[in-house]
Amino acid sequence: MEHDDETNPMLDDPEHYHLRLYVAGQTSKSLTALSNLKKVCEEHLAGRYEIEVIDLIQNPRLAAGDQILAIPTLVRKLPAPLKRIIGDLSNTDKVLVGLDVRPKSAG
Amino acid sequence: MPSSDHAAMPAGLAKTQTGISGFDEITLGGLPTGRPSLVCGAAGCGKTLFATTFLVNGATRFDEPGVFVSFEERAEDLAANVASLGYELETLIEEGKLAIDHIRVDPSEIEENGEYDLEGLFLRIGFAVESIGAKRVVLDTIETLFSGFTDQALLRAELRRLFGWLKERGLTAIITGERGDGQLTRQGLEEYVSDCVVLLDNRVVDQITTRRLRVVKYRGSAHGTNEYPFLIDTGGISVLPVTSSGLHRPASDEIASSGVPGLDAMLGKNGFYRGSSVLVSGVAGTGKTAFSAHFAAAACARGERCLYFAFEESADEILRNARSYGLELGQHVQSGLLRFEASRPSLFGLEMHLARMNRDLQQFDPHVVIIDPISAFRGPLAEVHATLLRMIDLLKSRGITGLFTTLRSDGGMMDDTETGLSSLMDAWVKLENDEANGELNRTLYVIKARGMGHSNQVREYQISHAGIALIEPYIGPEGVMTGTARITQVAREAAAKLRRQQETEQRRREVVRRRAALERQIEELRAALESEELEETIRLSEADAREDKLRLDREIQAHMRGYS
Repeated sequence: MEHDDETNPMLDDPEHYHLRLYVAGQTSKSLTALSNLKKVCEEHLAGRYEIEVIDLIQNPRLAAGDQILAIPTLVRKLPAPLKRIIGDLSNTDKVLVGLDVRPKSAG
Repeated sequence: MPSSDHAAMPAGLAKTQTGISGFDEITLGGLPTGRPSLVCGAAGCGKTLFATTFLVNGATRFDEPGVFVSFEERAEDLAANVASLGYELETLIEEGKLAIDHIRVDPSEIEENGEYDLEGLFLRIGFAVESIGAKRVVLDTIETLFSGFTDQALLRAELRRLFGWLKERGLTAIITGERGDGQLTRQGLEEYVSDCVVLLDNRVVDQITTRRLRVVKYRGSAHGTNEYPFLIDTGGISVLPVTSSGLHRPASDEIASSGVPGLDAMLGKNGFYRGSSVLVSGVAGTGKTAFSAHFAAAACARGERCLYFAFEESADEILRNARSYGLELGQHVQSGLLRFEASRPSLFGLEMHLARMNRDLQQFDPHVVIIDPISAFRGPLAEVHATLLRMIDLLKSRGITGLFTTLRSDGGMMDDTETGLSSLMDAWVKLENDEANGELNRTLYVIKARGMGHSNQVREYQISHAGIALIEPYIGPEGVMTGTARITQVAREAAAKLRRQQETEQRRREVVRRRAALERQIEELRAALESEELEETIRLSEADAREDKLRLDREIQAHMRGYS
């Protein structure tokens, strides 16, 4: 994670973000979370992220795998280690800290 | 609990049996159907086991599949933990009768950002419930959630929603909670789960642990309010309903022999009433265990089952000692009629003994129970007394004849425990050691035998290789005598009798002799009289002759003077 932006600002496998957002139907919290997430990713992780949205109402059995209790839950599958953020992601700064994303502007 | 109470249960409130022996009696049917119940208690008091038993019994006995939502233990650990109780969770899971969902809450992995709810938890439980068509749910321990989420207000709102959600689905649920300071659970779960609250407790008094259970509340239903001891061992969990307060039990006219013929005879009815409680008290060495063994042997000989609780000797010791007085109890053990439960009384608290006894009674269903001795129970007098009362109740409610022995300390007529006990007992046989003339003799007497015209005699008995035998009493002008004193007295009496016989004989001979002498005298007198009479006759005839001679002479003289 401690890649120096000056030496290696480019996309790398370790720099690739695999994010999974668990929602339960089209609730306002879920929609807010998704739009907040997309915004953060576009701003800071453009081109090096993928978002997988899982609706637990359609696939409840998937909840156990990632130990989901709260909705919405964002799980950072990659890069390791696994991280979890719950809530509608309304605080962008906290999302960046939570996902260990160093804003590009800082580089 | 008397069965009539079940019938009196209001029809409105449906109940779901837990299958936990005793608990369903206390709650008059089990937990409220379709509602969540709270089971709380400190760590290690058996909450998880209680909940697991509820599910396993539901799956195996009542055809109600169940979901175990574990917030603490992993499914594998849970299965391993209860395997020792004979629960095979894996099999039940394979059969689709049980589902376990382990919900791991790790606060270090969760970061909160904005609004959320616990819909994921609902979906998980809902999915598990639907996958097997569950009727029962256990949440163990849901309070763990409080460590994982910071928004307590939201959490409480969600818990309230969860319990409502369970209710809506008609799921009978057990929510477990850790005991907190000043309240039943740390997070005050009792606020949300208000239909039925069960408190488990694990108390250590004098280094002895006793588990207790109390139904704190049960909305819309009567329930036993006491603290009930309960037991967790290889047989699972079982609760002991304290006692039936009423005294409405049928009295039997049937008689069970004491196994000692002489004692049976003293009781006047050839034994004790079936279903009665008999106390055999005595000082050390009076053969209390021997009487117990005779009673057991007699029961087994009648083909009845006998359960022998031994608190001072092991089963083997009792068997060996019984052989020395001619009782072969080993055969009854082999045939399954006689069972020994030997343990040190100090191993468990009084309550645990009761709970164990209750379970053993249910399993073995004996006709006769022997508790040897009850004096082995130590503790505050009131507690011992209450325990014994419940023991007796337990036996009586099942129509079991109980024989209790108690060690009496030397000295007074009876000590405190005995005074308290006597009112509980239907019959009381007292064994004594009488020390006199340099020997110790055993005597017994029947202090009481309700409903029997028993003997008031003090009888000597002997324990030999042929068993206990009562000896014909010696009651003479000089009192009751035992041992060699009795034997000497008997001998002395025999001698006196012989002497009396001889004297009578002598007197009779004397009379005969005197009669003979008198008769001889009479003979002599009569002979004398007769000889006297004879002489008189002779004398008379001689006088006549003389008269004749004189007249003749006169005639001759006159003739000669001239008239001739």
